Amino acid sequence: MESASIPADKPARRSRDIVADFISKYGLIALLLLMPIAYGISDLQSDGDLSRIATNIKDGLSNGAIWALIAVGYTLVYGIIELINFAHGDVFMIGSFVSFGFFGTIGLTLTTGPAGLVFGLLITLILAMVTCGALNVMIERVAYRPLRNAPKLAPLITAVGFSFILQNVGLLWLGGQHRSVPDLIQSQDRLFEILGVSVTQGDVLAIAVTAPLVILLVGFITRSRIGKAMRATAQDPDAARLMGINVDTTISFTFLLGGMMAGAAGLIYALYQTDVWFFSGFTAGLIAFTAAVMGGIGNLQGAVLGGLIIGVIQQISDNRIGTAWTPAIVFAFLVLILVLRPQGLLGEQTREAG
Amino acid sequence: MTAAIGRTVGRLPGLGSSRTRNIVLATVVIVFAAVLPFFYDSGSAFIEDATTALIYVVMALGLNIVVGFAGLLDLGYVAFFAIGAYTIGWFGSGFFVDQSIHIGVAEQLSALPGIHINYLLIIPLAALFAALFGALLGAPTLRLRGDYIAIVTLAFGEIVGRIAVNGDEGVFGIGTFNLTNGRRGITPVDKIDLPLVERFTTLDLRPWYWTALGMALVVVFINIRLRDSRLGRAWIAVREDEVAAVSMGIPTVKVKLYAYALGAAMGGVAGSFLGSYFNTVNADQFEFSFSIFVLAMIILGGLGSIWGVVVGAVTLSFINTRLIPDVLNDVPSKVGLDFDLTQLGFGIFGFLLVIMMVLRPQGLIPEARREAELTEGMTEESVFEVKAT
Repeated sequence: MESASIPADKPARRSRDIVADFISKYGLIALLLLMPIAYGISDLQSDGDLSRIATNIKDGLSNGAIWALIAVGYTLVYGIIELINFAHGDVFMIGSFVSFGFFGTIGLTLTTGPAGLVFGLLITLILAMVTCGALNVMIERVAYRPLRNAPKLAPLITAVGFSFILQNVGLLWLGGQHRSVPDLIQSQDRLFEILGVSVTQGDVLAIAVTAPLVILLVGFITRSRIGKAMRATAQDPDAARLMGINVDTTISFTFLLGGMMAGAAGLIYALYQTDVWFFSGFTAGLIAFTAAVMGGIGNLQGAVLGGLIIGVIQQISDNRIGTAWTPAIVFAFLVLILVLRPQGLLGEQTREAG
Repeated sequence: MTAAIGRTVGRLPGLGSSRTRNIVLATVVIVFAAVLPFFYDSGSAFIEDATTALIYVVMALGLNIVVGFAGLLDLGYVAFFAIGAYTIGWFGSGFFVDQSIHIGVAEQLSALPGIHINYLLIIPLAALFAALFGALLGAPTLRLRGDYIAIVTLAFGEIVGRIAVNGDEGVFGIGTFNLTNGRRGITPVDKIDLPLVERFTTLDLRPWYWTALGMALVVVFINIRLRDSRLGRAWIAVREDEVAAVSMGIPTVKVKLYAYALGAAMGGVAGSFLGSYFNTVNADQFEFSFSIFVLAMIILGGLGSIWGVVVGAVTLSFINTRLIPDVLNDVPSKVGLDFDLTQLGFGIFGFLLVIMMVLRPQGLIPEARREAELTEGMTEESVFEVKAT
């Protein structure tokens, strides 16, 4: 029960713990499969094939790619300083706003040719990533770094405060209404079809941006020198400092990476949903956090996996239960996961495991 | 009661600690608050705002038990406001037209359809409902670390908010039962109807004010007694070091659940009052930003400091109802900027949270023990110093 605050050096695990671990892990997997399987069966009975649920899953995966990119930011930051960066969802929102604004600035319209489009989007992607990365670093510098020695409560409260500030920035920037983004990539146009499921241009874009970014990120963290410093700091900041690692810079760098991923997610979201709104960051942030927790917070692969799963759950719920209830369902999953298996699907690779 | 309040007043810096003097001071403050409405029109905007401020005091003190005393960051406090408000919405209005239940209400109400229960009975009902949900919410968070608690409570608050917004046609897409009437809201809600006095009206706001003042005083008193009780000391021990508290034999599960339940009960009571006072129970009231609004009150005043929380709640409430919409609203246009300051309201509260936490984490009127906790090690160079211990 009190394991929460006891340091990591646990005694050897007893067999009872292993059984409990097994049950909670596969119980969670069963829980996650419940909705797709139940609706799959009902589809088979009513339509005779699985194309509807397959389309849901396909839409869910491309939506989930966006959540995965945001979730990576949560997980990176949590892994290194054990803080839930509440403002992260709103950094993503700012990313979608930057993209939306920049389309107009560089004159990307529906009539732009393919070469110009690819070039323009690439510039927008870089701009959104740099802006959000810098914003995230600034937030860390102003709101989290002065409080590193304070009790846990303090940086959480400043994080919530910054989330509100960013929402207000969004509100003043584009107003309180949803703004529609020109559908530059004709995201709903069918590109090809597999087994009765049509894959649209939006789906391809989401995967084509997310996959390389995540692979680059994982490669960066496992191979590069700074990545090594990040992992060392995550394991033990004091020891890392003794080894000559500049802990402050490393933490800033982690925020930079997280923010960049959120910026990329913002661009995809703007293009895929063709809608930006100042409040979208709040819900997106919570959904992505759920994804990060589901995969096992602090674990990059887990965050991606969690993002994809949450995307599917969300899509099925949108399609079958109603969009109005989707956030409530995702949050109910969040509560259930935290109760049943706080370490998530892929376990936890952080300092205070368990 | 005055004595207890006096003792807290005595903790104000620079006021000395002589017991009799404090009692006198507390009496003066209470009498001043009690006669204040006579200086204003019975229906004036000032009394209206002051009543709201007093009820926010009740709410903030409830949240203070959870966050300030027990150290569990609760970001879904609005849920208990909602539960309290719906309690009076369901049991004190014509919302359930098919029912006809009347308990202890005035004659003109007893002919109306719906469930109408006297407000004195609604209070314990709201407190009980909210406390039940508080314990229900608390239970899953007991095993979790601080920041996970924040997220679970936030998710809980959002789920309640979603049910409020969409609950007019079944819950989670099941059934078609109208539970909350969604954004249209439940209105009108019965006015408070106390024995021996006339039924409250919207024209004369003084009785509302005095009721709110009475509730605030009772809650202040309960808070003081709780803080000095065995339970209160257990909360503080759990907040400071859970492992040490457990090894001293404190039943943390029970202690935390009590914190959630008691904090929630106060939120529920305040919610039931506001339902009647605003004459509507509307899903739009129950948004995440309200939780942060209440949190900002206790941060501003000082986490765990009862007197500070009272000051923080009154201050922020007046900033919200008067300063931003009335006094400061034409400032941007005067300096040549074009925006609506009321839009900035919650950005200002967010800014306040950041500034307070970075510059003065102990709040305006700090509680000594909490101050030591929050400022200790803040100036040291070494990162992660406190964590390692």
